[in-house]
Amino acid sequence: MLRAEGLHKSYGDHIALHHLDLAVERGSIFGLLGPNGAGKTSFIRIINQITAPDSGQLFFNEEKLSASHIKKIGYLPEERGLYPKMKVGEQLLYLARLKEVEKSQAKERILQWLKDFQLMDWKDKNVEELSKGMAQKVQFIATLLHQPELLILDEPFTGFDPRNTEIIKKEIQRLRENGTTIIFSTHRMESVEEICDSIALINKGHKILEGSLIDIKQQFRSGHYDLVIEESELGTLPQGIKVLNQESIQGKLHLKLKLEPEDKKGLLQYLSTKNLHLFREEEPKLHDIFIQSTAEE
Amino acid sequence: MKKIGLIIQREFSTRVRKKSFIILTVLGPILLAAIMFLPAYLASLPTDERIITVLDESILLDFEKGKDEVRLRYLPPDKFDFESAQAFSEAQGDYAFMHIPLSEGGDPDFVARNTRLMRAGDISISVESYLENTLEKYLQKEKLKAAGVDPEIIARTKTKVNLRVINTDEGLETENAAIIKMAIGYVAAFAIYIFIFLYGAQVMRGVIEEKTSRVIEIMVSSVRPFEMMSGKIIGIGLVALLQFTIWISLGILFYIITVQLFIDPQLTAPSLSAGAGANNAVVDGLMADNALLGIYSSLQSIDFFGIIASFIFYFIFGYLLYAALFAAVGSAVDKESDSQQFMLPVSAPLILSLIVIIRALDNPDGDIAFWFSMVPLTSPLVMMARLPFGVAPWELILSMVILLISFVLLTWFAAKIYRIGILMYGKKPTFTELLRWARYKN
Repeated sequence: MLRAEGLHKSYGDHIALHHLDLAVERGSIFGLLGPNGAGKTSFIRIINQITAPDSGQLFFNEEKLSASHIKKIGYLPEERGLYPKMKVGEQLLYLARLKEVEKSQAKERILQWLKDFQLMDWKDKNVEELSKGMAQKVQFIATLLHQPELLILDEPFTGFDPRNTEIIKKEIQRLRENGTTIIFSTHRMESVEEICDSIALINKGHKILEGSLIDIKQQFRSGHYDLVIEESELGTLPQGIKVLNQESIQGKLHLKLKLEPEDKKGLLQYLSTKNLHLFREEEPKLHDIFIQSTAEE
Repeated sequence: MKKIGLIIQREFSTRVRKKSFIILTVLGPILLAAIMFLPAYLASLPTDERIITVLDESILLDFEKGKDEVRLRYLPPDKFDFESAQAFSEAQGDYAFMHIPLSEGGDPDFVARNTRLMRAGDISISVESYLENTLEKYLQKEKLKAAGVDPEIIARTKTKVNLRVINTDEGLETENAAIIKMAIGYVAAFAIYIFIFLYGAQVMRGVIEEKTSRVIEIMVSSVRPFEMMSGKIIGIGLVALLQFTIWISLGILFYIITVQLFIDPQLTAPSLSAGAGANNAVVDGLMADNALLGIYSSLQSIDFFGIIASFIFYFIFGYLLYAALFAAVGSAVDKESDSQQFMLPVSAPLILSLIVIIRALDNPDGDIAFWFSMVPLTSPLVMMARLPFGVAPWELILSMVILLISFVLLTWFAAKIYRIGILMYGKKPTFTELLRWARYKN
């Protein structure tokens, strides 16, 4: 769907993107992760053709990115706003028409969206009269009116209350099911784990990680396991297994183990005769991967 | 191009629908007239009447009444002496007290040396100079009398001259219309000045509004910055043009009504056809009676079509040139209060032009007028001030071409700053940074 090849962008002495290669698959939710100032916004601005890269290329559906793609892309910027003195309906119509949607079609879609988001009563009100949450819904609608193939959401949940966050999350899922590709830029990991299919982690303009969420988690397996067992039954663990932590809670022993993959079979055999409460591999948290990877840089 | 159309439409319609536009359209001409003519009007207003008590022991002044706001009150010298006259003046609350002593042996110079003007406080310069002139006039008369000149002869030889000035430039003897030309030049230049400031500031405010409300972030993903900037400038320019058209129409309506009501059409008809022969003597005689007709016939000697056409040109390109700069200023700052630093270099040429046109109106073909009507940032105002007096076609064309070229270059430069500025927040940039922005590739 979208492919970057050797994208490079600098502002004076500051290098915002360092020969970046990336690929976003059609119909997926792609998490673009990185701390503040990593180059996420620079990358997004290049996709939106707000700025041009110094070198490198970007392909949209295997075509070189050009002005004709603008109407196929929807962009919800992190810092976003609307004309305060314009009516909600007019404003949406204006933004839709700038994305080359026919007037009558735009009007139809606006009504539908306002209905879906329960904003019909506000159609003829000035934007400055809306609450922050409502204004954000309007902004969200504005990015979707032209039914983009690629939707770029930059920190979409900042400022949303939990209820609206749920509404937007559902909407994002629905869009994905309908075939929209979504780039989701954020530095907040919780939401990424929930909704992203694949991610790229960038820091200081460099790509550090890229791949499906499952693969990355696989790659960052720590070999740590949690084990809960009756205290009296533990006995001696097989060779090669390290106990990192041990704690007795109400007659049950809680252990944190580290083991190499080849030792797992032996351990399981040993445990099969015991009164076992829990045996689970500790899943790496994206948050930890993020911290670990950016620290290595 | 379709997108620019949409932007122009938005900028235009949101502004024209505002109450403030309607109010300004109605009150504008009044305000404009007030700004231009109020200082002159205030200066000409009669101030409070100032009574000067005069004890004229020489009976020099012949009971001259005074003029304008100065009135002279004479006290009879047989009933008052210096002290009692001064006390009387103070008791009456008069503005000042003047004592003209009795001259020994009728020597006018003695009076000139010993006349005193007294007031508790400072005396207005106009009052002082009026009294001095009056005294000089009467003392001169006394001296002439002493030299044996008959006062009758003095009165008879007094002559008033109204110089008949004729402009031979156009090959025919048109009435000199310098005053009218000055007025037209001044009004035209001032109108451009006001419009550039008024609507240039609107462009700047519009850009700042888009930045602070962050709507710009959403806009740039659909529209190129240059389209946004030009759409905004053109949209607001159309608002200005609409407003101006309304004002001009009102002006023309006013002119027609004045001509209809106050000038007899039978008189104007022959004066329009050059050399109407037999009637001329009659017409000339009648024309002198009708001051408005004088103005009217002076207006005939001015090339209105050329002036209006040039006005539209300088109005449009002057506005476009400055509006692009105002847009760049707006894009560089986050809030209006930060714009001062950049406003100064942008508005300085405008203010300078306003100063220069005073010279240009007095000497429309002088060096200063010529050069400032060529420099692109000052030419819209200065050339308009010169035009009613007649400007060589090559000068006009050169000035217009220079303005056009600078318009293209400056807009290109402003757009480069704008493009970067609209997405920059935080620290207020310096001039060096602005220049660096202009050099960024994309």
